[in-house]
Amino acid sequence: MTTPSAALRNVHPVPPPAGAARLFLAGSRAGYSQHLQAYGSIDVGAVAPGFLDVVEASGLTGRGGAAFASWRKMAAAAQAGGRGLFSARPVVIANGAEGEPLSHKDAALLAHAPHVVLDGVLVAAAALQTSHAYIYVTAETMPSVQSALAERTDARHIRPVEADDTFISGEASAVVNKIQGGPSLPLDKLRRLSDAGLRGRPTLVLNVETLAHIGLLARFGVDWFRSVGTARDPGTRLVTVAGAGTDQVLEVPGDASLHGILRSSGIHPEELSAVLVGGYHGRWVRPLDYRLSPAGSPETLVRPGVGVIYVLSPDQCGLAVTAQITEYLAGQSARQCGPCMFGLRAMADVLNRLADGERDPRLVAELERLGRIVSGRGSCHHPDGTVRMVSSALETFSDDVREHLIGRCTRIQRGTR
Amino acid sequence: MTGSLHIDWTRCDGRGLCTELLATLLTRDDWGYPISRRGDGIRGEVPIAPGHEEAAREAVILCPKLALTLRPPAKSS
Repeated sequence: MTTPSAALRNVHPVPPPAGAARLFLAGSRAGYSQHLQAYGSIDVGAVAPGFLDVVEASGLTGRGGAAFASWRKMAAAAQAGGRGLFSARPVVIANGAEGEPLSHKDAALLAHAPHVVLDGVLVAAAALQTSHAYIYVTAETMPSVQSALAERTDARHIRPVEADDTFISGEASAVVNKIQGGPSLPLDKLRRLSDAGLRGRPTLVLNVETLAHIGLLARFGVDWFRSVGTARDPGTRLVTVAGAGTDQVLEVPGDASLHGILRSSGIHPEELSAVLVGGYHGRWVRPLDYRLSPAGSPETLVRPGVGVIYVLSPDQCGLAVTAQITEYLAGQSARQCGPCMFGLRAMADVLNRLADGERDPRLVAELERLGRIVSGRGSCHHPDGTVRMVSSALETFSDDVREHLIGRCTRIQRGTR
Repeated sequence: MTGSLHIDWTRCDGRGLCTELLATLLTRDDWGYPISRRGDGIRGEVPIAPGHEEAAREAVILCPKLALTLRPPAKSS
């Protein structure tokens, strides 16, 4: 692996952070001076289009759920920006909507390390040679972002926009729709956002955590970035461990062990019945020692998605919880695309019947059939993600399905309904 | 030269005109929305089998919700 152009000139050199604690080094609710003290200052003016090679060499993937290669997204927007007679300057959007109800990592990042994110926005915009930048955050985190923006003179052009408090408000085209004055609902994808996004401009939407890593990458370089994690999943990521008392946000190395993460949250994996990894569009797994990585075999790893690790307590029925989540996801459909609007509702109904112990052996086949006709038939991935989560539940809770179909539940207490 | 038929799901209302014009390619799902008979339509892209180009063009023009677009073969994303 080549490492094009080392780290940018660090104006006030500070040694690069050692170990997997990278994003919160400036401490709790860090202001700009604490930020500079912890990380040193950065010469954003020195960031050139060549920085895209640095991002490529780093192997950074998006931390907002899809784990797409960040450099590809950046390169697509950069190329579209340079094309055509009337080439339009690209737009960079930092996405902190965090619609996943159990995820708190982006809120934690924006509350405690907003300047790490803002550095990333400035670096990404410089790499795309643009000054059009937005930061899209929830009402809860807006005050922290606004005071961070007011604290520094180099970020005044980054415009904060408030995200709606819905599950899909962070879907990339919903973000664009909202910022250009529409509702925060997904748009049809006849053209890619990187070609024609916000008001027709090439648009780069990156999760705030992804941008935070980009800001640090510009400071400390590829070798530093890759010194934590593994070759297939370099760097660190934020995860939220939820469902076991107090929710916790942790920064973990790439390719981390699921058991290791659970143990460091004070949870004994051997006492669990199942874990939902990746948020409500994630995958239910038995609490085996999977690796948390976006690339590799599903036998040994589970994709981190938005980084939520939801722990099912032994007295909860996984089918009841899955029915509840599906019910929620059906309610969060944008109601724009028919198969999603009607299909998720239908899936939730069948799951409720199964969870409630209806002894109809056709229920499982009906769920699978609905999954097939819902999947891939919407303008965003909301239906697909829901179907994936449900089908992983049928697999992981196959014993529970069998018991329910003969009128029993293996759990003492039914869900939390 | 066959391409695909892009369905804008945010516009489609399940009126069913396209499923009548392209009856060999499309059928209607539980709720009346067009679905590929071969189950190969992903993300609203339905491949147009050879010989159905004219009917596909007609469907695009006649769709009351303007939900259909023809896409050339190479540019599938």
